[in-house]
Amino acid sequence: MELDKKELGATHYKESALKEGKLLSLAKQPKLQYAWDNGPAIGRYLEELKEGRIIARKCNKCRRIMIPPRMFCELCWRPTDEWVYVKDTGKVNTFSICYVNWDASRIKKGDKPHLPAVIEIDGASEGMGILHVLGEVEPEKIKIGMKVKAAWKKPEEREGAITDILYFKPVRG
Amino acid sequence: MREKVAIAGIGYTAFTSVSPGSSYRELTYEAAVKAYDEAGIEPKDVDSFICTSEDFLEGYSISDEYCNDQLGAVLKPAQTIPGDFIHSLAVGMMHVLTERFDIVVVQALSKASNMKTIPEMINFALDPVLNRPLDITAYMVAGLEMNRFLAEERATRKQCAAVVVKNKANALLNPVAAYGARVSIDHVLDSEPIAEPVCLLDVAPYADGAVVMVLCSEKLAPSLSDRPVWINGVGWSSDSPTLESREWTDAVAVRLAGDMAYKMAGIACPAKDVDLAEVNDEISFKELQHLEALRLFDPGQAGKATEDGRTSPGGTLPVNVSGGGLGVGHLFECSGAQKVLELVLQLRGEAGERQVSDASVGLAQAWRGIPSTSAAVAILSN
Ligand SMILES: [Zn+2]
Repeated sequence: MELDKKELGATHYKESALKEGKLLSLAKQPKLQYAWDNGPAIGRYLEELKEGRIIARKCNKCRRIMIPPRMFCELCWRPTDEWVYVKDTGKVNTFSICYVNWDASRIKKGDKPHLPAVIEIDGASEGMGILHVLGEVEPEKIKIGMKVKAAWKKPEEREGAITDILYFKPVRG
Repeated sequence: MREKVAIAGIGYTAFTSVSPGSSYRELTYEAAVKAYDEAGIEPKDVDSFICTSEDFLEGYSISDEYCNDQLGAVLKPAQTIPGDFIHSLAVGMMHVLTERFDIVVVQALSKASNMKTIPEMINFALDPVLNRPLDITAYMVAGLEMNRFLAEERATRKQCAAVVVKNKANALLNPVAAYGARVSIDHVLDSEPIAEPVCLLDVAPYADGAVVMVLCSEKLAPSLSDRPVWINGVGWSSDSPTLESREWTDAVAVRLAGDMAYKMAGIACPAKDVDLAEVNDEISFKELQHLEALRLFDPGQAGKATEDGRTSPGGTLPVNVSGGGLGVGHLFECSGAQKVLELVLQLRGEAGERQVSDASVGLAQAWRGIPSTSAAVAILSN
């Protein structure tokens, strides 16, 4: 149904009215800054990434080897028991090919799409892994179940962050 | 319908100015483990989980999602209240009263040390069109209120400072309080002005901590606890947010929240029936304003009572024996939880050196802080 503007008493403005100062507008950039204390589990995880290793925590009750590591098992409701190193290889659980950036702006023409994927890490329990991105791969070649390996930053460039792994890339075999 | 709801288990961390060794996950986990252990339950026994969190304060959108793991609430009925813990407690009580949920867990957390721009966050609570463009600190709201309160001769400046002296001294006997101190009236009056007449020591400093409580039905209470504390009444209320036409002297919403809780608890004469109170004291004068709103003192009398020691431990109505926000720390959404926690400890006779003798009815009151008018009240008994 078409609404009658006159009947509603509404006034329609074009975007240019804002620029011309015909509409009151207020713009203020909020300064909202947070820190996130990592705690022992994620703290150790990031320290190990800096060394080029991936570490998990094991729950001796359900026997899950969990990454990202956690100090308690959310399913068994008990503290986890031990640190376990896992491999930096795994397989793609699921992926998506993204043509927009994090802020929903469209990627530039000719730029490669973003390739987020969940990697089930070898040595961790089934279904547990790392959310990261894929690299050195053509988007159309990506398959669920594909074997991948971490491509690490150079040791001197690592800073104890998830981005110490640049991306996961396909491995043969 | 069921009439009584029990608090059958409590768990809490220490309240500290920082907590760098733990993420918010480990803080809540610590409190939850203790609470479940006390009640002899496991997460699988819980019918409903109620968390208290506000995205703006946590630094997560939909912070609800980040509450479950550390409570054992994964894939269980869980919800989040963006208010004070006492609002969550009221919801938890209602869940039990429906008779569809026998055991309900209520949680609140403060990780204030991770909020790096608290004044800016608080400023974001002001009206964006009418107030924020003036570029004035939101603490002005406390100054405006206190000035009016003093001008109406509801208290003297010294009586407000006496609240700080009392609460910080009380906190020295509370092993989990962050800001216990021996200060004098002059220390308070001579501290840096923030938004006159509010000075630095009039303001509760921020703290981290987590509280988890297990609620259950009257029928289940004996099997979960040998010393249940009962929630007899809850109430909550909020005024209009407008700073242009609000009531500046009296905390009307607190009065209404209190009256609602008194009615539910069957309390006709609060000043006689309440044995101890933990009220919001985020700014010194608020303790006095809130005590009067709650009918625990006549208008203009709470300040004098504080000066005379009647609200001190051993007085006729001990107020904020725990140290309150001024002594324990301002815990944001967890503030009311610390107050209810103190009542539970007192009503069980487990408050150690600060135990109030013969306490059988306690009142806890929360205020959502500057610049809000939102209030919640809980009345507990043993
Ligand atoms: Zn487990």
